[in-house]
Amino acid sequence: MAGNSDTNKNAVNVREMIAEKKKKKSLSNYTEKFIPTFLLLIASISLLTTVGIIITLFTEAIEFFKRVPVWEFFTGTVLKPMSQNPEFGVLPLINGTLISTFIAMLVAGPIGIMSAIYLSEYASDRVRRVLKPLLEILAGIPTIVYGFFAFTFVTPLIRSIFPEVGATNILSPGLVMGVMIIPMIASLSEDAMSSVPNSMREGAFALGATKLETTFKVVIPAALSGIISSFVLGISRAIGETMIVTIASGSSKNFTFDITQSMQTMTAYIVEVSSGDAPAGSTIYYSLYAVAATLFIFTLLMNILARYLSRKFREEY
Amino acid sequence: MRYVDEAVVEKRMKSRVRNNSILKFIFLLSTLFGLIVLAVLLVRVFSQGIAWLDWDFITGRLSTDPARAGIMGAILGTSWLMLVVIPVTLFIGVGTAIYLELYAKPGRFQNFIATNISNLAGVPSIVYGLLGLTIFVRALDFGNVVLAGGLTLSLLVLPIVIVAAQESIRAVPNFLSEASYGMGATKWQTVKKIILPAALPGILTGSILALSRAIGETAPLTVIGIPALLIPFPGGLFDTFTALPMQIYYWTLDASLVAEYAYLAAATIIVLLVLLFLLNSVAIFIRNKFQQRY
Repeated sequence: MAGNSDTNKNAVNVREMIAEKKKKKSLSNYTEKFIPTFLLLIASISLLTTVGIIITLFTEAIEFFKRVPVWEFFTGTVLKPMSQNPEFGVLPLINGTLISTFIAMLVAGPIGIMSAIYLSEYASDRVRRVLKPLLEILAGIPTIVYGFFAFTFVTPLIRSIFPEVGATNILSPGLVMGVMIIPMIASLSEDAMSSVPNSMREGAFALGATKLETTFKVVIPAALSGIISSFVLGISRAIGETMIVTIASGSSKNFTFDITQSMQTMTAYIVEVSSGDAPAGSTIYYSLYAVAATLFIFTLLMNILARYLSRKFREEY
Repeated sequence: MRYVDEAVVEKRMKSRVRNNSILKFIFLLSTLFGLIVLAVLLVRVFSQGIAWLDWDFITGRLSTDPARAGIMGAILGTSWLMLVVIPVTLFIGVGTAIYLELYAKPGRFQNFIATNISNLAGVPSIVYGLLGLTIFVRALDFGNVVLAGGLTLSLLVLPIVIVAAQESIRAVPNFLSEASYGMGATKWQTVKKIILPAALPGILTGSILALSRAIGETAPLTVIGIPALLIPFPGGLFDTFTALPMQIYYWTLDASLVAEYAYLAAATIIVLLVLLFLLNSVAIFIRNKFQQRY
């Protein structure tokens, strides 16, 4: 009798287990169907961000262009947003942005590529493993710290040699920005050079070329697309850089080419106006978005160009 | 006829070898140039700030009097920002990466999202600030509070987290998931119990690096409108706040009015750099300790 009830019990257990299993399975089936949709929703947040940026920038910029003609904005050399008869010409800002970018690239371009050559072609494995992370610390330092450095150290240093340089000027933040971009150019160019196969170097060595000749005549031409796209990315980074120029270049809106003077970049203008309590709905408030849209288009074009270059001219080995 | 005139080769050899060594030296110098600037920067900041850095400075409240000023409010503000950025970026970043790597069918849509992410990574941080100002501060009417700042910074660093998570998921070898499917596991079970745990060290390393980028960011916060005034310590997501980089910014700007503010800025920079150093050490520790190579 006792054994019989035992088997009964077991039988019920198995049935229950199967039922349980089925229930679980339907639940997990449900999850399996639900999960991809859910993940797709999460993944579309990054799309929403892009859409959000474009819509906010361009709807407000269009509002601005209803008040200030597009033509006046892009060709005006006078920027006087705060005055009684405000004028909104963006050229002084574009000028400041391009000049600071140019100074930065004069520093970061040659030094970045020479560092890349050293790390990729000359340094031994051990040296590279020490130098590369150290160089990357430079890229991890917050830009506000560079701004502080430019304003309280580099500018006074320049002024002690050239007293005619202003307390705020475009030269010092440009130079410091260049130092900030060095690791980016160095590491991207080094990646490009390291991916040139060794057999090509060995071919040059076998013909009697020195390391230098191999570098300039074999490695750099083969890695050129990567090197140029690292430059373009560096330019894009310099155009978008904000805090260094905001702190060290002041807020003069003069249209000038004199690098010893204060100039304002597009980014610094956005900081100045938005922290100055521009009342929502005023023309000066909308000018923020017009400038930001211009900045956005500049950097977007640079990034697209960089991607195009590295894809189009990449040599496959 | 001889194709190579050995005399000419001999004559030119010397200068070719010399050029090689000279330029090697110049290349080395330019590699060191960046490091020298780094050293000057650090020495400068530490020598200016270290004398002002004491316990009272770290735990004190903001003050216009340099001798009494402290940065507890900024430290708390930065901590609150981290409390928003970490969960938001991990959730969205890892979710997006799982979708792109494991669920999306390769094709146009996947390429489109990938291109979109790499474009987002190139958008200047100040533009994210305007996005945050327009959407979080004004349209959703949060005001310039912790949540608005945290969400803005999260969007800013999201591409970094997504790319890091994608790379670590891709690095998980196929045989692990195949073994899991072979045992009868469903796709989501495999993702949850096999792929994610194996990819976790890489994901964490990437997220910490993204976090350290976020807490050093100043530009978006200036646009959102962080007050330079003396405000109470933030105690929740809907409190106004200041953050370490903002404090450095205001003190550097005002250094031309009160010279001591430059030293306060330097001392705050030390705190920020130490924080970043700790975060990066944790990231490197996780990578070396838990990263498996298959």
